[in-house]
Amino acid sequence: MGERVIVSGRVLDEDGRPVRQTVIEAWQANAAGRYLHENDQHDAPLDPNFTGCGHAFTDDEGRYRFVTIKPGAYPWRNHGNAWRPAHIHFSLFGPAFATRLVTQMYFPGDALLEFDPIFNSVQDAEARARLVSAFDWETTIPETALGYRFDIVLRGKEETPMEVHVR
Amino acid sequence: MKLIATPWQTVGPFFHIGCTKLNRVNLVPHDELAITVEGLILDGDGKPVPDAMIEIWQADAAGRYPTEEGAEGFRGYGRAATNAEGQFRFRTTKPGRVPFADSRQQAPHLAVSILMRGLLKRLVTRMYFPDESANAEDPVLNLVDGNRRTTLIAKAADHGHLNWDVILQGNGETVFFDL
Repeated sequence: MGERVIVSGRVLDEDGRPVRQTVIEAWQANAAGRYLHENDQHDAPLDPNFTGCGHAFTDDEGRYRFVTIKPGAYPWRNHGNAWRPAHIHFSLFGPAFATRLVTQMYFPGDALLEFDPIFNSVQDAEARARLVSAFDWETTIPETALGYRFDIVLRGKEETPMEVHVR
Repeated sequence: MKLIATPWQTVGPFFHIGCTKLNRVNLVPHDELAITVEGLILDGDGKPVPDAMIEIWQADAAGRYPTEEGAEGFRGYGRAATNAEGQFRFRTTKPGRVPFADSRQQAPHLAVSILMRGLLKRLVTRMYFPDESANAEDPVLNLVDGNRRTTLIAKAADHGHLNWDVILQGNGETVFFDL
């Protein structure tokens, strides 16, 4: 149940080269803002036809595509009247330990973004903009589903061990 | 011009629905000689963390990463979710030595990520092996003060198992690295 969406894009390295045949894991709340997880206490219904998880591999151009339901916003108890903007979690590996990435994708124009401490934990505005997908007519299918484009850029693997600093 | 990398966001409390399908705690075939690495993830109060994810990345016994020639078939990657007691366990092989960026040889080690709710990014650390003379010359281990170095070295336990606990903060905090 909910609004069908197609989330697609490319996985690239910092030089714009495709990251081929790499796994992408995705998980999310359902349209009502509820996760199929025993610890989710939000008073919203589960959808018997929606698991909220999936994985895909990029093709040789670094492309991937998920067909899903637009997740709902949901409350969390971080502060008074705190709501997470609609988001999809993504997990990627890339070719090396340094290229590992776990992130969240948001939807354009979401009024909650401005107030979300997790989204705003990224200080740099341009980097923050990387987290917001773009509405995309090209992948929107008439009478069926809205398309959103979300390109993901993995950091370079060469940044590894020389930059190890004791925290 | 370099593209801006996509930044990290927390894995959150519900990663199990998306990530446990690809969990891998056996990195070697069952008939192969293996080591078992096990331990606890503990918070600042010494309490076990029942909902963390731990990942390891390593070379094979000959010091080759999976993308290198000759290492085909070895995945080099493991992932486990801690159980209700905060425990994790991997069955793997002791990696060989691999070169550091400046070509000095590193001691055998596992590269480790810890992911959990409340952490905006992963924590990065390393597990080294006990009774390993190469530890003394390892370029990364030598970045760490001598008295904290022990937090990165597993302890030998019964049946050839290795014990290694990760302490997230407070007394005896494990050394974490910025990558």
